[in-house]
Amino acid sequence: METIDMDRADPGFQKELAEAPGGDRISACFMCRTCVASCPITEVNETFHPLRIIRMALYGFKEDVLSSDFIWLCSSCYACQERCPQGVGIADFMTLLKNMAVREGYMPAGIRVQQDLVKGEGRIYPIDDFDNKKRAKAGLPPLPTRCRDVAVLFPEKRAASGGE
Amino acid sequence: MKYAFFLGCTIPARSRNYELSARKVAERLGIELVDVPEFMCCGFPVRAGDQPAAELMAAYNLCLAKERDLPLLTLCSSCASALTETAHRLSEDGSLRDEVNSRLAKVGLEYRGRVKVRHLARVLFEDIPAGRIRDRFQKSLSGLSIAVHYGCHYLKPSKIYDGFDGVEAPESIDRLVALTGARVVDYPEKKRCCGGPILPVDEKVALSVARNKLEDIARAGADAMCLVCPFCSVMYDGNQKSIEAEYDAVYHLPVLYLTQILGMAMGFSRKELGLNMNVVKTKKLLAPYFE
Repeated sequence: METIDMDRADPGFQKELAEAPGGDRISACFMCRTCVASCPITEVNETFHPLRIIRMALYGFKEDVLSSDFIWLCSSCYACQERCPQGVGIADFMTLLKNMAVREGYMPAGIRVQQDLVKGEGRIYPIDDFDNKKRAKAGLPPLPTRCRDVAVLFPEKRAASGGE
Repeated sequence: MKYAFFLGCTIPARSRNYELSARKVAERLGIELVDVPEFMCCGFPVRAGDQPAAELMAAYNLCLAKERDLPLLTLCSSCASALTETAHRLSEDGSLRDEVNSRLAKVGLEYRGRVKVRHLARVLFEDIPAGRIRDRFQKSLSGLSIAVHYGCHYLKPSKIYDGFDGVEAPESIDRLVALTGARVVDYPEKKRCCGGPILPVDEKVALSVARNKLEDIARAGADAMCLVCPFCSVMYDGNQKSIEAEYDAVYHLPVLYLTQILGMAMGFSRKELGLNMNVVKTKKLLAPYFE
């Protein structure tokens, strides 16, 4: 068994989490492992389990948690959250951690591509003329090939890509 | 019964079979769907990385429905959950509402009152009497065994869905399928996630999650699966071949949308229901019902 190096712990992390929606109840976790037993990802990859992330966060291992690949394996299925006897919003907590990780510069490439597309185009699958042709053939109404307001709502995206 | 029809991203581009069959079934049941071309993504795909951006997108869409004074109807479970959850948070959290409104002002919108968001399956279960649905049927689907997959965001998080169906023992979709005369097949881990949201993170893990359910359903002896979400369809229909190749398995399990099943009973043709667009072939299994 590995020794836990408490020097790496950030004592302020627990407080930081407690103040954010999704992180406010994690200290109520009493390690019953209902979340672990309910997790469809643990079922196929035992290196991921929600309890481990919660404990690491409570100990203050901010860097380890936020740089971890584990948090991105949460599929937000809510099985754990629905069953937690302590009312810990585990899936919401995972979303909070992912958001914090992104602010610290950690983000899987696939998620970044998805996010850039949605903020830049307003859709994961932007509609083009070919899509509209296929829609017409199926008897479906056409859709705009450009999203009207997305550039106004997310101007930073436009600036980052150099506009059009 | 009139709704602003929220298609989302995946359905109009990748799941036209779902859109086609849903429009047919809705029309037959007297549900009027109003197209709103300005709708953008529901926000769900950016929530993991940027929750405020996700909420802004959801709020934008909710405002467009409110402008038309219509509740919003989705076919995708993730859209239903992203939009419902934001509607909830905006009603409860005044400071969030102010923040969102300051950004919406740039496009001349303001989020004022609560907008009702409904998944089509919930409307069919909750608001339309079973007898009225049955009255629209022209044929029985008896002889067909169907395994229902609820997916996650159709029902969860339960705190946003007013308990319209049970999270641990859901029955809304089972009951709708059973109306057609088809047999609903039970199987272990019925509530298990499809794995879809982690497809862009780790394809192998995502596919192995989907595979677990295909194995369970195959063992239970179902002829087909029933879905209400296009993300789940990407996993079970779109990726079924990849899963078979990766795990040296053979399922050939047709994956149908609830609206395709109801539409069959209503007497629509294969083409009208977009059954030719399903990836796993349905022709042989469904031939007896299209004679």
